[in-house]
Amino acid sequence: MITLYDYELSGNCYKLRLLMSFLGIGHKTVPVDFYPGREHKSEWFLKLNPLGQLPVIDDDGLILRDAQAILVYLASKYDPSGTWYPRENPALLGEISQWLAFADGITATASTARLHDALFYDFDIEAARAGAHRLFRILDEHLWFAEQEGRQWICSAPHPTIADIACFPYIMLSEEGGISRQDYPAIRRWCDRVKRIKGFIVMSGVFPAGPARAAA
Amino acid sequence: MTKCTDPVVLNLWHPVGAIAEIAPGAVQRTVLLEERLSFAVGVDGEPVVWRSRPDLRRADEVAAADRLPAKSAYGYVWTSLGSPPAELFPIPEYAEPDRRRLNAATFGVNVSAPRAIENFLDMGHFPYVHTDILGAEPHTEVKEYDVEISVDRDEILATRCRFFQPMASTASEGGADVDYVYRVPHPYCSVLYKSSPVDESRRDVIAIFLQPVDQEHVRAHMLLCVLDENSEDKVIKRFQQTIFGQDKPILENQVPKRLPLDPRAETPIRADKSAIAYRRWLSQKGVTYGVIPAAA
Repeated sequence: MITLYDYELSGNCYKLRLLMSFLGIGHKTVPVDFYPGREHKSEWFLKLNPLGQLPVIDDDGLILRDAQAILVYLASKYDPSGTWYPRENPALLGEISQWLAFADGITATASTARLHDALFYDFDIEAARAGAHRLFRILDEHLWFAEQEGRQWICSAPHPTIADIACFPYIMLSEEGGISRQDYPAIRRWCDRVKRIKGFIVMSGVFPAGPARAAA
Repeated sequence: MTKCTDPVVLNLWHPVGAIAEIAPGAVQRTVLLEERLSFAVGVDGEPVVWRSRPDLRRADEVAAADRLPAKSAYGYVWTSLGSPPAELFPIPEYAEPDRRRLNAATFGVNVSAPRAIENFLDMGHFPYVHTDILGAEPHTEVKEYDVEISVDRDEILATRCRFFQPMASTASEGGADVDYVYRVPHPYCSVLYKSSPVDESRRDVIAIFLQPVDQEHVRAHMLLCVLDENSEDKVIKRFQQTIFGQDKPILENQVPKRLPLDPRAETPIRADKSAIAYRRWLSQKGVTYGVIPAAA
């Protein structure tokens, strides 16, 4: 049984809840009082993850940290269709890794801005917002060109991959850090497509897709 | 933006931080009504609040004349930039020894304090924003309820509110019709009483205390004062944070961010009775901060 050390308002934890929901895998949740309790810096938690960061999973004794690493593990182990992390396709794996690293950049900018505004972290807010806009511009262009070629997802596959999951949460939550998505129409269309994947679930601050068809 | 000149708001008590989250003596910095403040709570539990200055690094360095009014109440430090009343509004339930008393969280929200109060008073959004927790389709109707502005207590009271809730609290075992009473005893604070799933003769108390950072930003402090013998603190907090996290994008997308007090500015429906009373009450008090006053 998978145990997820989880904080409801964490986009990084949500990535794992989302993938497990898409894959239909059950799991147990151990709530961690990230805020205001800073339980991720407590002694017991640092034994699980010396970096003091969420999320962490424990899968029958295998303890893993880092949202992107855990996405790789869960998709490799529990996705019988092999589409979320196609282990047989080196080119696609390279692309996925590239966008997983990009997702870390989104965390370092968009998530940082949200932590500043909502939880009063002492960060350089203007730098965080400017960094997020730079990444959003790059992703928006990438998605726009992909659409011109008839593709719907971040990587060159006819199906979503864990790269889509890794990039999604902190883009969806960006407005909580004062980062508008108004100027990124291709990102907005892609977000809507992610919300329509079978098994999609929300977190606080993310709403389901409307009943209408996907945005044009 | 100019600093606050609204005498009504300047003379109020305002919350600035949760005492349980502050180490004794540690100086905290915050912003209230566009003024930078520092505060600390001594080992004796007494708070000291002052306007931040580089030469004042500890509470004991602050001369009496430089100290702002300070009060400890309901687990928070309160202060005022004007001449506040002797007493803060009462919440008698806070003293009941069997209650769990927690700050669910203090969140920064990009909204005016009055908009946040209005959202707190609104039941109509439960099924859509708090789906499967505080509401669910098809139970969307806000049934008739009563609202009064109590003259002697100077507060708004909404009673006879009822709503079907799939999971009203951490102690719930299933859906139930839940009774609500709302009080607004302070322009930027509201106290909600809802049926307790564990004792039908009593009510859980959930309060929202908004610290106006400026006219369009608040720090929202959420007090929980609930009956629940079983859940861990962090589970109770998580429940309330989940709810508030759902409200947050709705609050931050309100336009305009300040609450318009002109009765013609926004079209209310029957379910908005408490919001109408709240806007009228703010107008009668002459509140101008965080609102768009009605044309004279």
